[in-house]
Order: sequence, then C-alpha cells, then structure tokens
Amino acid sequence: MPASASDPYDLAVIGAGSAGLAGAVTAAGLGLSVVLLDASPQTGGQFYRHPARAIGAARPEALHHDWRAFAELRRRLEESDVSHLAGHHVWAVTKEDGGPWAVHAVTGADGTAERSVRVRARTVLLATGAYERQLPFPGWAVPGVVGAGGAQAMLKSGLVLPGKRVVVAGSGPLLLAVASSLATAGAQVPAVIEASGYLGYARHPRALAANPQKLVEAAVHGAALLRHRVRLRTRSAVTEVHGTDRVEAVTVTRLDRDWRPVRGTGRRIECDALAVGHGLAPQIELATTLGCATRPVAGGTSALALDGLQETSVRGLWAAGETGGIGGAQLARSEGELAGLAAAARLYGHPVHEGRVRELQRRRDRMRAFAEAMALSHAPAAGWTGWLTDDTDVCRCEEVTAKSIREAVTDLGARDAHTVKLLTRAGMGWCQGRMCGAAVACLAAGEAAVEPPAERRPFAVPVPLSALASLDEPTGIRPDASPEL
Amino acid sequence: MPTRNTSDVIVVGAGVVGAACAYYAARAGLSVTVIDRGPVAGGTTGAGEGNLLVSDKEPGPELDLALLSTELWRELAELLPPQIEYEPKGGLVVASGEAGMRALRDFAAGQEGAGVRAEEIPADRLQDLEPHLAPGLAGGFHYRQDAQVMPALAAAHLLRAGGDRVRLRLGEEVTGLLTTADGSVRGVRTVAGEVHASYVVNAAGTWGGEVARLAGVELPVLPRRGFVLVTEPLPRVVRHKVYAADYVADVASGSAALQTSAVVEGTAAGPVLIGASRERVGFDRTLSTEVLRRLAAQATALFPFLAGVRAIRTYAGFRPYLPDHLPAIGPDPRVPGLLHACGHEGAGVGLAPATGLLIARALSEGEPPLDMSPFSPARFEAAV
Ligand SMILES: Cc1cc2nc3c(=O)[nH]c(=O)nc-3n(C[C@H](O)[C@H](O)[C@H](O)COP(=O)(O)OP(=O)(O)OC[C@H]3O[C@@H](n4cnc5c(N)ncnc54)[C@H](O)[C@@H]3O)c2cc1C
Ligand SMILES: Cc1cc2nc3c(=O)[nH]c(=O)nc-3n(C[C@H](O)[C@H](O)[C@H](O)COP(=O)(O)OP(=O)(O)OC[C@H]3O[C@@H](n4cnc5c(N)ncnc54)[C@H](O)[C@@H]3O)c2cc1C
Repeated sequence: MPASASDPYDLAVIGAGSAGLAGAVTAAGLGLSVVLLDASPQTGGQFYRHPARAIGAARPEALHHDWRAFAELRRRLEESDVSHLAGHHVWAVTKEDGGPWAVHAVTGADGTAERSVRVRARTVLLATGAYERQLPFPGWAVPGVVGAGGAQAMLKSGLVLPGKRVVVAGSGPLLLAVASSLATAGAQVPAVIEASGYLGYARHPRALAANPQKLVEAAVHGAALLRHRVRLRTRSAVTEVHGTDRVEAVTVTRLDRDWRPVRGTGRRIECDALAVGHGLAPQIELATTLGCATRPVAGGTSALALDGLQETSVRGLWAAGETGGIGGAQLARSEGELAGLAAAARLYGHPVHEGRVRELQRRRDRMRAFAEAMALSHAPAAGWTGWLTDDTDVCRCEEVTAKSIREAVTDLGARDAHTVKLLTRAGMGWCQGRMCGAAVACLAAGEAAVEPPAERRPFAVPVPLSALASLDEPTGIRPDASPEL
Repeated sequence: MPTRNTSDVIVVGAGVVGAACAYYAARAGLSVTVIDRGPVAGGTTGAGEGNLLVSDKEPGPELDLALLSTELWRELAELLPPQIEYEPKGGLVVASGEAGMRALRDFAAGQEGAGVRAEEIPADRLQDLEPHLAPGLAGGFHYRQDAQVMPALAAAHLLRAGGDRVRLRLGEEVTGLLTTADGSVRGVRTVAGEVHASYVVNAAGTWGGEVARLAGVELPVLPRRGFVLVTEPLPRVVRHKVYAADYVADVASGSAALQTSAVVEGTAAGPVLIGASRERVGFDRTLSTEVLRRLAAQATALFPFLAGVRAIRTYAGFRPYLPDHLPAIGPDPRVPGLLHACGHEGAGVGLAPATGLLIARALSEGEPPLDMSPFSPARFEAAV
C-alpha cells in the first residue's frame, strides 16, 4: 500500500494469472506497493480455474507440478500486502505527461457498474494472457460447436460437458489436454483432429530436450487418451458441421502439407458437440493503445515486443506471460518474476538480485525457443482458406461471408484486415475482431505475407457511457480504503 | 484506358476526395491513375464519420460547396450501389436555453439566403422527431438536407464506378514530382519507379502539405485530431444527426485547444456514433480520457438512455486543416500541371463530390460550377 492515500502505487499488475501473480508477489517481496487487478473474481488466470478437480488425473494436486507452484504463489499473495482488486475489468491504461500511469477499470457483473475506478501507479505490468484463436469453417455457428479452451474452462469451473460425444479439433497441444479432460470427465471423444503433422517438433530436438517437462506432460495426456481409446488424426480438419439446431455429425477431411483439403477424403463422424480451437492469441489491446511495439508471431497474430527484462517499447510498462507470446504457465511465472525484479530495479535505481535475474533469463529463453518452435509447427498454413465456402460467415457478429471479404480485396482495394473491416464490417461487432481477426488477416493478405492486424483498439472491454461521463470525479486513488468500490 | 505507366492524370491519395476526383475526371473522358501508399480509405477517410452537413456551415464559399455536394451526393446515391449507405436522414440541432435558441434562429435565417432549408421545431415537438431526446430543451432546428454516407465504402465504390479509365496503384508511396525543363508536371516518382501524366492532383488529405513540398510549394495543411465513440449495436433509437448548438462554434473555431460537442447519430448497422472532438495536437493518437469524458457526458445529456449503453470502441483521426478552414481546390499557379484537392478538415466526405467536379472541370478546361478563387491553393503565399 502506498504511504499515503494520494500517492500512486509503485506497481500496478493487470491480470492475476501465472505471470501477474508471480510479478506481484516478487515486487511486493522487494518492498514495492503493489495493486493487482483482474476481471475475474479469483486469482489463477486461464490455467488454474477453481475447482481443479477435473484436470487430467485423479489427484491433480499430487501429479501436477504447476498446481503446486500456483498454490505457492497464492499463499505468498495472501501473506503479502498486495491490494488485490478482483472483478475489475481494465478498459484502458493512460498516462498524463510526466505523471504516473492511470489504470481505468469498470466493476460489477460484466463490468456494467456506472462508475469507472482509476488506480494510479508509477509502473505497470501487463499480464492479460491470451484468448483462443479460431478459424472459420462451414457450420461453425451451429449450436454445439464450442471453443476448445472454453470447453476446458467450463470443466475446470465444475460446470457441464459440452455434449456426450465430443469431437475435438483444430491445432495445437491444447487439443490433447482438452480431449483428456473431456474423456476423464465422462464424455466420449471419438477423435482428436489435428491439422498439423506434429512432425515440426522433430526439427527442434534441442528445444524439446531442454524442456523435459513438456515430454512428461505429453506422456500424461497420451496415457489418458490411450486409456479412453481416443484416436489422434493428424493432417486433418473438420470441414463441415452437419445439423441445424444442434451438431449431429462432422465431416473430417485430410489436408495436404499446406492445409489444403484433399478432395474426396471426407469422412463423417457422428457426434453431438465439437470442441475446436487453433491455439491462443496474445491479448494486448491495453498495450497497443499506448503505442507499444509488437512482433508478428506464427499464424497471423502479434505479441508484444519485449526487451531482455520484459519491458515493452514504452518505458515503465512491462509485460509477461502470454502477452509476449504463447508459452505456457511455467514460462509465464518466470517472466512475471523477472518483470517484478526489473520494475523494482527501476524504482530503486539500482539492479536487484542479479544472479536470479540471469537464471530467469536463461530459463525464459529456453522455454520461449521451445514455445516458438511449437507455435510454428501448429501455425495455420495458407491452404486452410480452401475449406471456406462462399457463404461461410467469417465474422459471426456482423455476419460477413468469405465471399464479401474476398470481394473487398479483389474489387474494392482492401489490402489489410483494417480496410477489410471498414469495407465489410468484419470485426466491427461485439467481439471487436477477437474471433475473426486472424482469419480476416489471412484472407486480406491473399497470396502475400499475412500482416497481423496492427490496429489499436482503445477499449479492452466495453465501458458504459455513464462510466466515461463520470471520469473526472476523483475515484479509486486508494480503492482498498473505500469498500464501496 | 491508361497504360501501365502513363495516363492523363495522376491522383495522389485514395481517400474519399481522391476517389471523387478520379471518378469525375474519368467521367469527363480522362484516364486516371490513383496512387496511394496504403489501401483505399486508409487515411482520414477510414477514421471519419460520414455526415454530409449543410446545417453547421455559415453562408460563404464552404456552404456553396456543401450545397453543390448535397445535390451531387443525391445523384451519386442513384448511381452507386446501396452499400455506400447513403441516408438522407436530416439533422436536428437543439438548444438548451432561450439564448441558444435565438442564436440558432439568427444562424438559420442567414443560411436561408444561401439556399439552406431549416425548420424551427418548438420544444413540445422535439420528441416527435426524436422520441428519446432529453426533456427540458428549449427547441431546435430541423435541417432536411443533412444526410449521411459510409465514407470508406463511398470512396471504394466511387473508384470502382470510374470503370476502366481508373487504374489503382496501392501500397505505393509517391516520393517525388517529375517536371519538364520548363517546370511543368510530367508525372511522379514512387517507390516502385516513375509514373507519367501531364497532370497531378494532390489529394493527400492531411499529408497534402508534404506532397506539395515534393513539388517545391508550400501548403500549410495541419492535423486536427478527432475522437469518435462507438456504442454496442442498438435498435434504431436515434433517427437524425442530433447535436447541440455549440457545435457550430467549435467547427468554425481556429483554436488549438480541445473542443467537444457531441454529434449523436444512429447507423444502419446498429451502433450509435458519438463524435467528434477537435484539437490540434499533431499526429498524437494517445487516448485522451478528457475527450472521452466530454463526449460521453454531452451525448448522455442529449439522450439520457445512453448512460446505460456501453461503448465498445473509440478511434482517432486527423482532419486535414488549413488556417482559414477552407480546402485548397484547383490548379496551382506556381507549378503548371499540379492541382490540389486537400485540406477539407471535418467536411471532406461531404465536400468530396463538388471538389471532384471542380477538379474535373479544371482538368478539361470547362466552366467551373462556382467561383473557385476562395479555394486558391496559392492564397497563403501572400500572407507569408
Ligand atoms: C484449455 C487450456 C489448457 C492449458 N493447458 C496448459 C498446460 O497443460 N500446460 C501449460 O503450461 N499451460 C497450459 N495452458 C496455458 C496456460 O493457461 C497459460 O500459459 C497461462 O495461464 C499464462 O498465464 P498468463 O498469466 O500469461 O495469462 P492468464 O493465465 O490467461 O491470465 C490472464 C489474466 O488476466 C486477466 N485479464 C485479461 N484481460 C483483462 C482486463 N482487461 N482487465 C482485467 N483483467 C484482465 C484474466 O482475467 C486472467 O485472469 C493452457 C491454457 C488453456 C486455455
Ligand atoms: C473523427 C473525425 C470525424 C469526421 N467526421 C466527418 C463527417 O462527419 N463528415 C465529413 O464530411 N468529414 C468528416 N471528417 C473529415 C473527413 O474524414 C476528411 O475531411 C476526409 O476524409 C479527407 O479525405 P481525403 O481524401 O482528403 O484524405 P484521406 O482520406 O486522408 O486520403 C489521403 C490519402 O493520401 C495518401 N497519401 C498521403 N501521402 C501520400 C504519398 N506521399 N504517396 C501516396 N499516397 C499518399 C494517404 O495514404 C491517404 O490514403 C471527420 C474526420 C475525423 C478525424
């Protein structure tokens, strides 16, 4: 807590997942006043949703190295004097000339409270994680089609299964985790349909050998899948969903190396749900709005460009975890700790724990190398657009078809996702392109290299106009002191 | 049909103004190459709203241009596909007190002589036009000639309607002007090579000053930033363009300081647009919470139901601004073959067709439909 109510915090951490928790407790441990904001009512982020009973094994806590690490972070948080602001949806981070950062958040269920809370801080750590990337295909809006990550999250929160007989499809190692959780929770999983070949890993034996934990995880998932007789079909994709009111079956088609569907290889699999996902995409709107530099990552999305100490191109703003590229919970923890140390060093004006910093950097570099190799081998290849029919809705919010997007490019002079959006409204709807952005970028690029949408999207979450209208009223300078916030 | 590297005219800039210049030049029988360093509508056109307003303009050259444009937009709406979202929805300017109402009355009386039709709406009839308007307003004026278009789509379809005579070169920056020994224009240099034409039209919007400099002439175009707030999609609850009386004063002001007066309007697609602020801060995109606060406060004062509605996006654009608030349109006497069509500030979408027509007339040496001297590109020379 800052010395006086009108003082800014030393560090504001946005996101209480693996990265944010590690950053917050590290900085607090070094004597910094820290505020930790998260939209969710609990800490833990994507991976550690409570209850964790459904995770992969009979006694997850016992098996799960990551769970122990999380429990440890949570204990340290409870013992620290970090101000934890749960249920705070951050919609923007701003900075007035020379002054501290202002973190603006709305509260209430779904962020619909009428007032915006403002928290001021000298430095900011952005640890907002990622969201699931989707690629459109015919029938993806049929009820019963759910995001793979979403299905997993529902299970972890102790909620329902998406169906009785669930096909899992898309690309990325997440699919195996999702399939084994579904099977363990009692669903039948007739197949896991993976678009890539998994052969990519073989090209990076060093990265793999340096990350033995990944092999252990893969073996655990593999064993669970075997036990439940789940078949893994690589180089294939769901190219059509059958059923109108509800999924009845899917067509699975073989893909060539370029992910182009191979004619005449379609096979029907009966099921009542489809869990589908193409990995994760960094959630970085808060940073891009501030002008932070990004770097393109495999598959038409962007991550924040960070220096050796996790700082973005904007001084005083650090990032850790999935915001800097998808890499898993363990990497997120290392980066969070590193960022916490770096922010403390900046505020104290001298290096802290230099040995630990070097160790964390080595660990981070090793895990990042592996993560990037993995991302590359699961990145959508250009041929995927071959499974779109003219009337497939690419943007579901605004109902924009593949045909109208292609016309915007060929007939109307669009060359990038931003102009496609202007000319077709793809990505202008409720989800603001989180769902279709990557797909639109691929379609807009056509044969050329895909440019990830570099656009700024100044609201990370929707904000009631009443909250904007009351922005000048002083609020939240020290929210922990005013319970009504 | 232009060949790969030669045409009658080169238009630099594929915004709505460049598109209109290309369209009218093509209609006059000229072959046109439109060059833009980005995509179509990648500049201010892609960041603006599409208000086609006469209501906010006092009598004078800009109003004359706006009235001509109003006619031309109506014609274009017949010719271009419905995707340009042309809607002759009309504007409603309201006043909160008697003083404001008197000012509106004087303003409307002045406009009437120039050909603007405005109808006074007493307080008790405001809700007939806009059922969700705040109670207690003093009254307003209804401007039937105000309309709306979707700027990016309008630009794209204007270019397309130019047909075979219009050739697009996108993603290609113009880096120099080519001249003959006697100093007249013979084309431009781009990052990809030379492109030839005897006329070059500078339709580079906010960057028009830089393009002028390539030709060795000064044109003091400055950016004036504006933010727009976009709400979640709603059913049609706002029917006109609705704004408060002080908007007109903001538009006409040369002040660098922040000015806001919300113009609220519904769109065919559902979201309500709330625009727009005006401030001169260079090309700074930094989110300003003060701007957002004012826009939101003013919009909710006009339409109280908006308080509970969520904004899902905000974006900033940079209006091309000249010191006397008039665009530069027409031949540049300093460089034979160079024409300018830029500096339309917050009205470039509205003024685009008239600008295009004036440029096409100048290119084909036809009679201009109105006096072009107030728009002379060399008018700032004397002042320097
Ligand atoms: C289904 C699934 C299975 C996975 N399986 C594994 C696995 O087996 N092994 C592994 O290592 N990794 C796995 N991961 C990845 C792991 O979850 C992430 O690597 C890890 O959670 C990254 O941590 P993070 O702190 O970067 O982000 P997150 O854990 O995603 O945390 C981000 C936090 O930020 C908050 N937030 C975001 N935006 C805002 C905002 N605007 N305002 C306020 N709060 C905000 C969110 O609520 C969230 O709590 C899996 C992920 C998923 C989705
Ligand atoms: C928030 C906001 C709201 C607005 N609302 C309205 C409204 O309601 N009604 C209205 O009429 N107007 C409105 N405007 C103003 C309107 O958007 C502009 O006046 C208009 O778009 C200008 O169009 P333009 O074609 O001149 O410029 P632009 O659209 O900016 O086009 C210029 C083009 O030139 C290109 N270019 C520049 N330099 C070079 C080079 N060297 N080589 C190649 N290409 C180059 C650029 O890439 C750009 O595409 C608004 C503006 C803003 C910012």
